[in-house]
Amino acid sequence: MQNREEALKRKKRPFRWHILIFLAPAAIIYTIVMILPLAETLRLSFFYVDSTTREVSFVGLKNYLELFFNPYWIGPFLNALWNNTYFFIIHMLVQNPIGIMIAALLSMYHLPGKKFYRTAIFMPTLLSFVIVGFVWKLMLSPLWGVSKGLLESVGLGSWFMPFLGREETALTTLAFISVWQFIGIPMMLIYAALLSIPEEIIEAAECDGVTGFSQFFKIKLILILPTIGIISILTFVGNFNAFDLVYTTQGPLAGPNFSTDLLGTILYRTFYGQQTQPGDPNMGAAIATMMFLIILLGISIYLFFIQRKITRYEM
Amino acid sequence: MAISRARRNLIAELGAHAFLLTFTIIALFPVILIIINSFKSKKAIFRDPLALPNSETFDLIGYTTVLTQGNFPLYFWNSLSVTLASLFLILLLGAMAAFALSEYKFPFNRLTGLYLALGIMIPIRLGTIGILKLMVATGLVNTHWALILVYTASGLPLSIFILSEFMRSVSADLKAAGRIDGLSEYAIFFKLVLPLVRPAMATVAVFSMIPIWNDLWFPLILAPAEETKTLTLGAQVFVGQFTNNWNAILAAMALAIIPVMILYIIFSRQLIKGLTAGAVK
Repeated sequence: MQNREEALKRKKRPFRWHILIFLAPAAIIYTIVMILPLAETLRLSFFYVDSTTREVSFVGLKNYLELFFNPYWIGPFLNALWNNTYFFIIHMLVQNPIGIMIAALLSMYHLPGKKFYRTAIFMPTLLSFVIVGFVWKLMLSPLWGVSKGLLESVGLGSWFMPFLGREETALTTLAFISVWQFIGIPMMLIYAALLSIPEEIIEAAECDGVTGFSQFFKIKLILILPTIGIISILTFVGNFNAFDLVYTTQGPLAGPNFSTDLLGTILYRTFYGQQTQPGDPNMGAAIATMMFLIILLGISIYLFFIQRKITRYEM
Repeated sequence: MAISRARRNLIAELGAHAFLLTFTIIALFPVILIIINSFKSKKAIFRDPLALPNSETFDLIGYTTVLTQGNFPLYFWNSLSVTLASLFLILLLGAMAAFALSEYKFPFNRLTGLYLALGIMIPIRLGTIGILKLMVATGLVNTHWALILVYTASGLPLSIFILSEFMRSVSADLKAAGRIDGLSEYAIFFKLVLPLVRPAMATVAVFSMIPIWNDLWFPLILAPAEETKTLTLGAQVFVGQFTNNWNAILAAMALAIIPVMILYIIFSRQLIKGLTAGAVK
């Protein structure tokens, strides 16, 4: 019955080759270079390699059961998961609101020098983690004394501590370094969205006496909600994939005492091994799969519950 | 009334300047610190890190070390060609796929969109072993093509996701008018839709450029040969070799920062052109 309906539809319209031509090149490259290698990782998570005999055996879900029920794995995994959540919360509370504020100020007034501001604030985003990690390590290090000197110059010398070396402050410090590095992304995306709001809407608002802040909150913010949605999801994915910053500043052991351990670093250690323990690609593959499921869950929540509630205005 | 309003605007503008200036200083301070100190002698770097180099402390020892030991112009050229080729493919192929997804109703449209969006969520690094096997099998190891293909594949999902969001807000009447005028679907895409999403394309370009330019992982695994080494890998190897030579490290970092700055300033002109072209439509 359904088949007949579809067949009828197809008869009405000839095969639309252009859809295939538009889609195929991207889909082919993406499938061969990204999806198939990732599927290979998934496959590895169901196998076990004996460390002495190098014998490969299919073990089903054993790696996952090990991850969930062996205290050796589940403790560090939950620690990393919580650290990652905290890392994400800081980004949502600090990076995105400030990014939106900067973009709003840049677009609201005809400020002289706004091109300079925009370029400068975006600058850190362009730097590699190798540089960012190294610079902040140098600046925060008591050895070089730059941050101590700065705090002393504003009379807060007593506040100085080795921020990256203490368990209580290391993760928060890293989160702020990451905010410093990536604040340009929400700023740019929001700025582009604000610029694409048609003049007529703004003029109409001004005629009705809606200006300044109330104009921003009542009109512009509503119109750019889809962009804010995209930014939140990009932040979520970026944060739950984060690895490089911790790796370059704290090393693969995510010190002090694993207080800056994220899912990415735990994955790296499992995959490639650490001082005492050899690498375990199969267990690593299981952790990678869990990371994927966590991110998938977050994205599904966004796509099915939040995105549907956002009204999209044709501009 | 008019005067008080003008004054209020002035105060608001000053406030805006103060706010933006604060963030500008925070953003630039570490970068400037590196550049300043890369021109100083080792003693001066430690004695007074915040001071500008003067005739007494000025020293180019770091740069001479870097330029005699490293092969930086070649690394720079390698990074540039890999980045530009990947960007071209990400933008063109990404826009084409985004158009197909946002414009046409066809079976499995939503599913195809989800499939292509999967890549935003998974770091491509998780598939490194498979990628390495693939590149060895096709003989692409230690060529730029290996990197370009990997970066294109990993950049496409985000490009498709962002561009299709923007393409959904392109007026349907415009496309209908084009079809009535007898434009082919290709012409509608290239002549009507692409120019309208230019701001989004510029944005995607800037955001895709950053992780490609800064990547350390894949150059290390897929193209570590001296003649294919990228700038980030070159700088990393250099920093690793000269751990205690602060002059050389600071100079290497300054050299790694400056090209990105120039590249960004060039792109940001395009970005602004694109942004305004989109806004004025």
